[in-house]
Amino acid sequence: MIDDLAVAHVARLSRLELSPQEVAQFRAQLGEILAYVRTLDALELGDVPPAAPAPAAGGVLREDIVGPCLTQEAAVANAPAVLNGYFAVPAVITDE
Amino acid sequence: MTSETVIGLEVHVQLATASKMFCACAVSFGAPPNTLTCPVCLGLPGSLPVLNRRAVELGIRTALALGCRLHPESQFHRKNYYYPDLPKNYQISQYEYKGHPPLATGGALSVPLGGEARAVSIRRVHLEEDTGKLVHDGAASLVDYNRSGTPLMEVVTEPDLRSPLEARLFLAHLRSVLQFAEVTSGRLEEGTLRCDANLSLRLPGQPYGTRTEVKNMNSLRSVERALRFEEVRQREIRARGQAVVQETRHWDEDRQVTFSSREKEEAQDYRYFPEPDLVPLTVDAGWIDRVRAELPELPAARRRRYIEVFELPEHDATVLTTTRPMAEFFEQAARLFPQPKVISNWLIGDVSAYLNAAGREIDDVPVRPESLAGLLRLIDAGVLSGRSAKEVLEEMLRTGRAADAIVAERGLNQISDEGMLTAVVQEVIAEHPGPVQDVRAGKDQAVTFLVGQVMKKTRGRANPALVHRLLRERLSSG
Amino acid sequence: MSRGPALPDLPAWELRTLYRRRETSPTEVLHEVFRRIDANEGRIHAYLFLNREAALAEASRWDGEVAREDAPSLAGIPVAIKDNICMQGWPTTCGSRMLEQFKPPYDATVATRLRRAGAILLGKANLDEFAMGSSTENSAFGPTRNPWDETRVPGGTSGGPAAAVAAGEATLALGSDTGGSIRQPAAFCGVIGLKPTYGRVSRYGLVAFASSLDQIGPLARDVKDAALLLQAIAGWDPADSTSADVDVPPFAERLTGTIRGLRLGVVREFFAQGLDAGVADAVRAAIDTCRELGASCEEVSLPHASYALPAYYIIAPAEASSNLARYAGVHYGYRTPEAADLETMYSRTRREGFGAEVKRRIMLGTYALSAGYYEAFYLRAQQVRTLVRRDFAAAFERFDALLGPVTPTAAFRLGEKVDDPLQMYLSDVYTVPLNLAGIPGISVPCGFVGGLPVGLQVIGRPFDEVTVLNVAHAFERATTFHAARPPLAHPKNSPSLAPRDGPVDREKRRAQTSEDSLG
Repeated sequence: MIDDLAVAHVARLSRLELSPQEVAQFRAQLGEILAYVRTLDALELGDVPPAAPAPAAGGVLREDIVGPCLTQEAAVANAPAVLNGYFAVPAVITDE
Repeated sequence: MTSETVIGLEVHVQLATASKMFCACAVSFGAPPNTLTCPVCLGLPGSLPVLNRRAVELGIRTALALGCRLHPESQFHRKNYYYPDLPKNYQISQYEYKGHPPLATGGALSVPLGGEARAVSIRRVHLEEDTGKLVHDGAASLVDYNRSGTPLMEVVTEPDLRSPLEARLFLAHLRSVLQFAEVTSGRLEEGTLRCDANLSLRLPGQPYGTRTEVKNMNSLRSVERALRFEEVRQREIRARGQAVVQETRHWDEDRQVTFSSREKEEAQDYRYFPEPDLVPLTVDAGWIDRVRAELPELPAARRRRYIEVFELPEHDATVLTTTRPMAEFFEQAARLFPQPKVISNWLIGDVSAYLNAAGREIDDVPVRPESLAGLLRLIDAGVLSGRSAKEVLEEMLRTGRAADAIVAERGLNQISDEGMLTAVVQEVIAEHPGPVQDVRAGKDQAVTFLVGQVMKKTRGRANPALVHRLLRERLSSG
Repeated sequence: MSRGPALPDLPAWELRTLYRRRETSPTEVLHEVFRRIDANEGRIHAYLFLNREAALAEASRWDGEVAREDAPSLAGIPVAIKDNICMQGWPTTCGSRMLEQFKPPYDATVATRLRRAGAILLGKANLDEFAMGSSTENSAFGPTRNPWDETRVPGGTSGGPAAAVAAGEATLALGSDTGGSIRQPAAFCGVIGLKPTYGRVSRYGLVAFASSLDQIGPLARDVKDAALLLQAIAGWDPADSTSADVDVPPFAERLTGTIRGLRLGVVREFFAQGLDAGVADAVRAAIDTCRELGASCEEVSLPHASYALPAYYIIAPAEASSNLARYAGVHYGYRTPEAADLETMYSRTRREGFGAEVKRRIMLGTYALSAGYYEAFYLRAQQVRTLVRRDFAAAFERFDALLGPVTPTAAFRLGEKVDDPLQMYLSDVYTVPLNLAGIPGISVPCGFVGGLPVGLQVIGRPFDEVTVLNVAHAFERATTFHAARPPLAHPKNSPSLAPRDGPVDREKRRAQTSEDSLG
């Protein structure tokens, strides 16, 4: 149904580090869940349109008026690492 | 058989709105980091996007200017990937797949290429939000989200361009149109207009070859150079019998080369799906009509107007409408000094020469239309000779000082005092009997010599027309 | 001293009456509520954060005002807020290590509206991590226990809010419902829980789980209270593009107390295999009561009902996988302490910050959206969603509201389903279809099985909360189930002898709540 490679691939796409035991465990659980959701395959769906988002929503657009911003202090208040008002992360690897 | 070059462009345009695409934060430059953010553009938990009406309007404007078909309903999508400058680790954009068009598709822009106008097809125009900015600082990367959420519009062409020069000309023309439409300030150097290119080679009549994407071209000139480099690179690969690798390459302005970016990684799976936090965008005929009615005058229309109303030759009209700021400058000056051809001459001539040499735009120099008008009035009044005026203009462009001040300071006032000039003329006649006789004998070139002598004595300040008249009077009277 | 229900057990509308008559005050009520909390929180653990000081300050502010005729609808009423709803400056942990230290710089729209209505916001209530689960066992800070039986779950994901209301640790609470997360805990805890129509209440400030399914709703001790609370928070919000621009009826005033002549449909597919016999009996008895009240009750079919759950378990995780991508240690929340490079920072932060259920759903969702699978999974599930909507629309042509159970069983034991994710998912089978269709539904207590509460679900047309509330209200008036109180809610000792702090097993509780510092 779903193999270790697929689990590893999905974990990579999701940026989730997994141990080999976790890969095995999730593989079993995801396999079971996927088998369950695949019961939908039995349905003939033909031209049924996918459900439209928020059918009754007002859909009002915002006027182009500037509003108040957070102060720098508030913006970075929850940051794990800050340097001179910037959010700091380990260096992004590029060839530049 | 030489292969033909096939180029398509993806142009990201920063829209000229006051606030961001999905929140009310100001769009602005140079502010201290993370001072123009809010829960929405920071991607804080619980925040939600609300679409900026003006951004949509500018998108509609663009679609109209490019002759595109606007779709009555278009959806936003999430483009999911991880990068520190993306606060939500997804970007709200508009994807295109069967049955779900973006804002607009299928237009064309007529571009003067090699003496003829060719239509370059536009594949689509769509809206999206910009990312934050990443700065590298040794072992860390620093993120500033001020730019995050800025409204962007992407204009994608069909692969209709056939040379790096064409790409450059197209981009310049597109920029011009968008500036005239007041959709964007469109400055590549500032990043309000960014361009990625796809380039491949093929033998005529054959299917498209493998293409590479080229990024990081920060000026019109770099676009041409980068694509030229890439063209050559691909040609050489093929000449060696090897295959071109499909990849993304970055242009390095310092080394003037494209290089393969980052490590080889699996093709990005963006997992596009419709943005559930936004309802589909509806653009009805009424809205389109209103936007069309308010569409600013585009370059072609303006060119025609300059020819018809100002009676300028086509060449002048074309040059003056290359950029919006130049056209605006011209019109304002013409309002203040109603001799459009004269203004045009000065703008296309001395002013443009200065701008090109200094690498600046007309917006950047301290001379305003009023100043130019002032200068031209001095010439018109005979106070300043044409030659002196050039000197004065050069200083005006450099320093922003008014013409009068410079003229007064340098004592460049043209001498139009008949009495004084008559005296000088008589001196010259007395000092140069030979040429005088030549003139009386019918050799007109000698007049020029004599005029020159008068100019020398007056250090260039004599009113030449007056000098001519006075000389002739003296010489003919005996 | 003992005279009917104690102040913490009174419904809000009754407290408002007492306030107007000056028979009690917000400060007095709050003190009683705190005593109830002190006596029971150690066992129940409904709260992750309590702000006694702020609450008392608010209460004293309202003491002088609540008697006025023009006092706002919830003036002086203590309310608990599920901890996935942002409140400025307060922790909003979403029951996750990922946001353990996070304090939003802004208020959710519902919080603003509650304050405007005069409510006293007490604290943040426990939930399954990021609102994913059905038992509140997925909270990173320990489970909440069902006040009716502390060996059992209160339901989830709004287990904290439901338990708090059931135990008298708050008069009202706000929860959120994506697949049943208000209704199911309401059923397990014997209180009222309403999921409004999608778009009825602003989601701005609700930490997103599944954007097209999430809604905030009230938990209360009776229907009138739920109506009052809904009224206070409902209405279009320009900050939420999916909120509906429709009028908000004065829900509490629209309670007529009668359902004579109403056409009620009993969902056939909800009484199929899997429904516990005791629950089935209680719900059927409730349907009989509705008949006795003059409503006609006939069977109705929702042919695609059995496909709703699998569709939900594609759509919800898919949207969640995208909504939770932002939690990666960059600009807020947890970051792994040792990460030399960016990619490791991302992956290890999320490994350490998220619990197993969240990881499962993220991976499931990523899979369902990934290249090659989008059409087979996500698109198909959205098509099935259209079919589910059509089923309801057809049913509502013949009926004014639909009836059914809320849950297949009464509250199960702690630990019973944690190792079997799919089993846990199956408990959402009757609630999920409403989220897919975006229609309103309420759980109202309708009986007991083995001493544990059972809920009756009333399902309504889009934006017809009036009918849903009315049916529940009429049923409530004809029965006494909603008035029952869990035995543990009353301290065994008389008030004067009860210790200021109830017996709290601090070793078991892994979270640091501000209660400790204030207690």
